[in-house]
Amino acid sequence: MCIAIPGKVVSLENNKAKVDFSGNTVMVNVGLVEPKIGQYVLVHAGCAIEVMEKDKAEELISIFAELEEPYKA
Amino acid sequence: MTDISEVIKYLKDYKGRPLKLMEVCGTHTAAIFKSGIRSMISDRIKLISGPGCPVCVTPASFIDKCAGYAMKEDHVLLTFGDMMKVPGSSGSLADLKGRGARAELMYSPMEAVEKARANPDKTYVVAAVGFETTAPAYALAIEEGISQDVRNVRFVTALKTVVPALTWICENQPDIDGFICPGHVSVITGSRPYGPLAEKYHKPFVIAGFEAEHILAVIYEIVRQIENGRAEVRNLYENAVRTEGNIKALKITEKYFQPGPAMWRGLGTIEDSGLYLREEPPVGLYDGGSRGLDEDIQLPRGCRCGDVIVGRINPDECPMFAGQCSPGNPFGPCMVSAEGACGIWYRNRK
Repeated sequence: MCIAIPGKVVSLENNKAKVDFSGNTVMVNVGLVEPKIGQYVLVHAGCAIEVMEKDKAEELISIFAELEEPYKA
Repeated sequence: MTDISEVIKYLKDYKGRPLKLMEVCGTHTAAIFKSGIRSMISDRIKLISGPGCPVCVTPASFIDKCAGYAMKEDHVLLTFGDMMKVPGSSGSLADLKGRGARAELMYSPMEAVEKARANPDKTYVVAAVGFETTAPAYALAIEEGISQDVRNVRFVTALKTVVPALTWICENQPDIDGFICPGHVSVITGSRPYGPLAEKYHKPFVIAGFEAEHILAVIYEIVRQIENGRAEVRNLYENAVRTEGNIKALKITEKYFQPGPAMWRGLGTIEDSGLYLREEPPVGLYDGGSRGLDEDIQLPRGCRCGDVIVGRINPDECPMFAGQCSPGNPFGPCMVSAEGACGIWYRNRK
């Protein structure tokens, strides 16, 4: 539906950020989020729609750890 | 704790009743192919695609409206890539470029305001297609236009919201047992809107990210819920989706847009499933005539895009698939759009 790609915030100025996508740097509107430099943001249509809280590996560990939670006695 | 190999084993060995799970979102359809997930799970778990392709569900009258602007003097149409090849009544935008239409690709709706400011003698018209994920980007562009008093921009919108379509699916396709909820729509909306659906229709709604592990975990979660008689909303895309969604994005969308009826190819008109620019000035001045764009072309005889969009059939069950209909010679939008199920199935077939 909606392709969005994570990139790293390199610099911030007003409502815009320079975001690094594996070496490709693009200006992104950050009016919808409040990122810090060094954080990853999810970017769609030139706008950051969310700040990624954890890195991918941590997230997957957390997801799998919780899968069985509802079934524990 | 469960690990990925246990999840895969469980899903491969699944011998329960046959299940139909809908992957609502075109990006998930693509991710499922890229990861080879169908080959990892039992045949008894059927994954079908849903209406999560904004271009596929947009009727031809929208294309015609945009094409009209592209052919108009001193107007330039700005659009995302997919829309260029989707057929309207007189051909696609790409076809019309050959006849003098001015249509340019955009990466972001913000470009419309930048271009309009730099070229005051032209009017820039944005073909504003998308779901909840993209609506805030258009809202930001409108806000920018208003604050900079840039008046030579218009938006022709074909914005749709997912939950009303999911309601329609639950009502009309009761044989779907569970839903893999769209990842990036949910970033904006949060997980809350799926709650009433899970409760009313008693089916699991689980939000997935886009890696293979995300999707496998979600399929596992849905199957386990069904086996245990549970029907809950669960968010397994924790990095990006919060229960309440992105409040700023929701607020700015509401500031500039209001709900209204929208025509979905394959589903029909669904009340309050579209977003339209609010009418009061100055917001309403940016609307390029988005209401009432309901009429569709008759799809060619034999084209089953409508059935593919609602998951009644898989693309390879359409008699035209990979024969008369292919990306080089598409009959319907499902084969044209990057997020259309038919195009994705075609590009991934062996």
